[in-house]
Amino acid sequence: MSASPQPVLSKGNEACAEGAIAAGCRYFFGYPITPQNQIPEYMSLHLPEVGGVYVQAESEVAAINMVLGAAAAGALAMTTSSSPGISLMQEGLSYILGCELPCVIVNMVRGGPGLGNILPAQSDYWLSTRGLGHGDGQGLVFAPYSVQELHDWTADAFEIAARYRLPVTILGDAALAQVAEPCVFRPRGEPLSLDREWAVGGGLQGRQRRIVNSLWIHADAMEAVNLRLAERLARARREMVTWQETGSDEPEILVCAYGIMARVAETAIQVAAEAGVRARLLRPISLLPFPYAPLKEWAGRVQRILVIELSLGQMIQDVRLAVEGACPVELLGRAGGQLLFPEDVAAKLVSLAQQGAAGRREAAG
Amino acid sequence: MSEVSDAELQDLEPIYRRPVSLTETPMRYCPACTHGTAHRLVAEVLDELGVRERTVAVASVGCSVYAYEYFNCDCVQAAHGRAPAVATGIRRVRPEAVVFTYQGDGDLASIGLAEVVHAAARAENITVIFINNAVFGMTQGQMAPTSLPGQVTTTTPRGRSREQGGNPLRVCELLAQVQGVAYLARHALTAPKRVRAARAAIRQAFDAQLEGAGFALVELLSICPTFWRMNPVQAFEHIENAMIPFYPLGEYVNWRDSGSEA
Repeated sequence: MSASPQPVLSKGNEACAEGAIAAGCRYFFGYPITPQNQIPEYMSLHLPEVGGVYVQAESEVAAINMVLGAAAAGALAMTTSSSPGISLMQEGLSYILGCELPCVIVNMVRGGPGLGNILPAQSDYWLSTRGLGHGDGQGLVFAPYSVQELHDWTADAFEIAARYRLPVTILGDAALAQVAEPCVFRPRGEPLSLDREWAVGGGLQGRQRRIVNSLWIHADAMEAVNLRLAERLARARREMVTWQETGSDEPEILVCAYGIMARVAETAIQVAAEAGVRARLLRPISLLPFPYAPLKEWAGRVQRILVIELSLGQMIQDVRLAVEGACPVELLGRAGGQLLFPEDVAAKLVSLAQQGAAGRREAAG
Repeated sequence: MSEVSDAELQDLEPIYRRPVSLTETPMRYCPACTHGTAHRLVAEVLDELGVRERTVAVASVGCSVYAYEYFNCDCVQAAHGRAPAVATGIRRVRPEAVVFTYQGDGDLASIGLAEVVHAAARAENITVIFINNAVFGMTQGQMAPTSLPGQVTTTTPRGRSREQGGNPLRVCELLAQVQGVAYLARHALTAPKRVRAARAAIRQAFDAQLEGAGFALVELLSICPTFWRMNPVQAFEHIENAMIPFYPLGEYVNWRDSGSEA
């Protein structure tokens, strides 16, 4: 598929893959797992067209370590997987953090724990935002909510990974992976440069030899790495906090949802508005760094916050951290691959608004 | 012994010196350990081929974890067992580089068996230096996948048996069946004659890579006097008397004999 200013009907997985190629990514290492198989399939077909490299690894464990090797050699490489595969990648991601290398990973989340199922879920919020793997360090996490955003954020993730020299996770889910929507593909750019200050293998040509390493046997050296990682994250907290707000300008209820559930919430808020409910959606797009400040600000101005997730409550912890007790925070969650539909969410909003009104009558009486 | 003046020294031709491909960092290996020998052989071959400046060494986890401090070239330190996957990533990004991994038996034959077998099956154009001393050295003497039947280690205190520890893996024999392997040989770092043969094999394993022939691996039977609880002489005898009968030396695959394997 080539770039076109006209939208094409694209599956999320394909739009994600094409976004990476458009950004100049030329190295992909992956392992099959549903519901993201169209990404490695797309890459195996299209990367060779642009002189790129596709390798099907023997496991997710190997795939992430191939990404590490490619990154050490200067490439901004990519791997994609789904929940159980991302669990297997935690070791490699920890080493990538420890080696201070950038890369892009995509997690099309499915129901779990265990083998779980292949249905949409948002139950890897903790895995993505509290990791990666062992040790003191974190990468960045972004959660698109449409096929177009998936394409664009995947493309932008490479520049962001390079800028902060950190792994960047694009957190999707089985619905976003499989749904087909109109999407405008970006034109395919030139291959990303391999010329990085840490890159090995390009020949010494008079420079000092380079070592890419995560072994720091002395505490001062290890802590220096931890502090550098923390500083990059602090910089990202200043520069990369991204969220979107829609709905009532004078809300009684603030809805907080990301990814596919934010799409559902948008519709639900419109439906509830017809019943007189004033609700506003705050949609975190960057999950790490998380938009604590705007949530804190709204917490003082609404009666309550409703967190909607396809889990039994993971992101809600960040919302509570943001709100610091300033208003009640409630969860509407489903798990196991179950979905929440706009009518479920709208009904919850109407019920919360009625409770709020009853509470106000009680207080007044 | 008569004194030699500086002027006389200057007239002498040095015939043995540190390879440029080794740094001057003192090695941390135990006295008599043959890791040092293996490092030197690899470094001599890199010097001989004139490829040091475009070489990337991938260090593994085990006693040789600090290999990146000793090989005087670009280096990457990999997670336990993952060196062939890391080397694959480097190889695919840098086709002009010479890429080798340096792995012990725990790293390669236990936790990293999948990575090395699949790198071989992909005919990944890399060289693997595999040190087999039949014991986990860095963690102080536990059973390795290559520990011999009956071998006493800290986790087979009554000797390795089918019931306690299972059976040893023979890596060369295993990999010899894999299409995509260009060069495969097992040598022992004992007598000088054997060390010279090992050096020639390492040279071939890098030649295979430079010719783009595919995956090459040299297994080196090495001594671990510290955790074999032997003195160096006993340890070298142990290789000759116990290890070589179980792990036969020789060339298992040579792309020059068999045409294009990969």
